[in-house]
Amino acid sequence: MANADRADPGFVPGDAVAVRTIYPLGHVRTPYYIRGKRGVIERLCGVYGNPEELAYARPGLPKQPLYRVRFLQREVWPEYRGGADDTVDIEIFQHWLETDR
Amino acid sequence: MTINYRGIHDMGGLPAGKVEAAEHDYALWEKRVDALMVLLSKKGHLTVDELRRNIETLGAEAYDKMSYYERWIYAITQTLIQRGIITIDELGTGIEKAQSHGKR
Repeated sequence: MANADRADPGFVPGDAVAVRTIYPLGHVRTPYYIRGKRGVIERLCGVYGNPEELAYARPGLPKQPLYRVRFLQREVWPEYRGGADDTVDIEIFQHWLETDR
Repeated sequence: MTINYRGIHDMGGLPAGKVEAAEHDYALWEKRVDALMVLLSKKGHLTVDELRRNIETLGAEAYDKMSYYERWIYAITQTLIQRGIITIDELGTGIEKAQSHGKR
């Protein structure tokens, strides 16, 4: 059953995702440099109060699934000169992620 | 016109010089700021998310010049004002009292 206080996890490990390319003014937890980049869900970390709401003294609902998302360094940094398989993991809330088609 | 908003704190990937990893002893006031934050958080008077938001809205110059615990005490006082726990006048009076205490 849908719960208004808690968003259900919509991704599973291995899913290809893209970070939303939006730049709102206000408190967000998604680093600027990762927006618009494509990665893969590594794991679900848990479901937590939404910090973008908590930051304004509101209840943080619905709680949002938080994922560890793995990106190739060369996807994140166009001039990256390290190994082709090097990755970076970033924890990102579900409402910042879209299915990468 | 499109503005891609990027906060002063959100600096991943920007040139920022060398990271200096240095330990230092904390001043008494810094320990007090830390204790104040823990107590207020435990009593439900603020969340770390509100503190982060307040630190992030410091102007670029203040953000760079203020020390770590100066930013934290700024964020704590702003959060308490926003929540109606203290007034700006109480804050100003408190600072005045602390300053005159320091001069004695």
